[in-house]
Amino acid sequence: MKDTADSYVTADGRTIGPVVMEMKNITLRFGGVEAIKDISFDIRQGEIRAIIGPNGAGKSSMLNVISGFYIPQEGEVWYKGSRRPPMKPFQVAQQGIARTFQNIALFEGMSVLDNVMTGRLTHMKTGLLAQSFWKGAAEREEVENREVAEKIIDFLEIQAIRKTPVARLPYGLKKRVELARALAAEPSILLLDEPMAGMNVEEKEDMSRFILDVNDEFGTTIALIEHDMGVVMDLSDRVVVMDYGKKIGDGTPSEVRNNQAVIDAYLGVAHD
Amino acid sequence: MNEQLAFTIEVFANGLMAGVLYALVALGFVLIYKASGIFNYAQGVMALFAAMTLVGIQNGQVPFAHLINAIFGTEVHHFGWSVHSFAAILLTVVVMIALAWAVQQFVFKHLVGQEPIILFMATIGLAYFLEGVADLMWGSELKALNVCASEGNCLPQGMNVWLEGTTYEALGYGFFIDNLDIVASIVAAILVIGLVIFAQYTKQGRAMRAVADDHQAALSVGVSLNFIWVLVWSLAGFVALVAGIMWGAKSGVQFSLSLIALKALPVLMLGGFTSIPGAIVGGLIIGVGEKLFEFLIGAPYLGGATENWFAYMLALLFLVFRPQGLFGEKIIERV
Repeated sequence: MKDTADSYVTADGRTIGPVVMEMKNITLRFGGVEAIKDISFDIRQGEIRAIIGPNGAGKSSMLNVISGFYIPQEGEVWYKGSRRPPMKPFQVAQQGIARTFQNIALFEGMSVLDNVMTGRLTHMKTGLLAQSFWKGAAEREEVENREVAEKIIDFLEIQAIRKTPVARLPYGLKKRVELARALAAEPSILLLDEPMAGMNVEEKEDMSRFILDVNDEFGTTIALIEHDMGVVMDLSDRVVVMDYGKKIGDGTPSEVRNNQAVIDAYLGVAHD
Repeated sequence: MNEQLAFTIEVFANGLMAGVLYALVALGFVLIYKASGIFNYAQGVMALFAAMTLVGIQNGQVPFAHLINAIFGTEVHHFGWSVHSFAAILLTVVVMIALAWAVQQFVFKHLVGQEPIILFMATIGLAYFLEGVADLMWGSELKALNVCASEGNCLPQGMNVWLEGTTYEALGYGFFIDNLDIVASIVAAILVIGLVIFAQYTKQGRAMRAVADDHQAALSVGVSLNFIWVLVWSLAGFVALVAGIMWGAKSGVQFSLSLIALKALPVLMLGGFTSIPGAIVGGLIIGVGEKLFEFLIGAPYLGGATENWFAYMLALLFLVFRPQGLFGEKIIERV
């Protein structure tokens, strides 16, 4: 086991940083149902961390715990070396954790550029009055934010639809715009909830490439949820496997692939 | 110039001016509805409350004087000073922001995610509560509202003499337009431009648009819904204050001021509940429509007083043929 504060280099030469987020014994209940049962794992700086599992395993609930949409009944969330008190989702976002949603939550009435600019909200600081009069600091800040947004739009190859209202875009592009908005926040951790759900093979390949490029280019730490095993194994540095709210495996893709419990969960062995 | 034509133009212009005042009230509805999905029945009472507070502060009235006197057996009514109009307006804005905060904190924070009809009922409760508080705070008698920059330099009353004189000399017909209406139009224009700039170019404005579009997505980019809701209620309170000043200066501050909310309903049917430009255009159409209808058809053929129902008839037609209004988001049901 590697020490939480140390970096290490993987077999294929990727440098993985120290632990940035740690989930300790998380239990989440909805009424009598335990969606997450006593799960612990960590996310390291600069890695691509996947949470996988069959439908209903509690993956999305886990992501919602990390992003503050759910408050777990038990357990602790540690972020950047200190325990995080229970927070609202917007406070989590302000701490530098950005996310996308399984069924896309974009601002449908706004253009692509406006959507991406909302991702910069946590970086906008100038006061209301200064902004209204568009002077000095406010103007500089607006220009800077605009530059970041444009850079990300270029990076994700959506320049051509910058001014298009999001409502008119096809599904695959919407997913990409949502990724762009999350990236615009320059997050410490980027959470992706089923980034490939509902996509065809070609779109999946594009999305995989973007995820790898983002991680590579910006060094963004990424935690993602998928139920498509194949995609995840190619993308991620480490994988947490969940089934029925429990953690049944944790390790590199090859370790997880050979884990009997994981094989059972995916191939469907009868649960007693 | 043809007398009949000139008269029609004059009626048209007066209709536009009346429409601006309707639009001012409708604007408050749109702001809150867009950001939170709440149809705020209390918007009219907020205008009344704002106007009463403004007059009360200006005259140095002791708030809750009646209550204080009843409990402590005192006889206080006035502080014995009067406050300059601008300072009084600023103080009233502060009161309206406090009201916005209280409404969010004590009512709507607890009703997040409820059915629209429940939110609507809550605003009806709020309307009557606020009306009672306003009466208790400032007394229920009819008050005159005068906003003055300095002694004798007040919001103008009566006809614009200059306009009448000039048009009489140029066209042979002197147009009659109320000074206050002209001021109200200018103020409304500034207010709308200000709101648009705010919504388009400021951090809070962007966050407000984000919340109006999608709550979940707004949370995920770090926007506090609670803060934005207090903000829109404050803005609606400010708009209510402006509407209250204009209507109050026109016809005095009294209970009937709160009924202007009912006039805003047809405006919203026309303009759509979610569109700021819609509120303006809707207001103008209703204003012009009812004045022209009364002048051209109502008075000569229908025995007059059509202004009471024309707006609602027009709204009814819109409901049948274009339920989303002129500028509202199109209603598409997918099956």
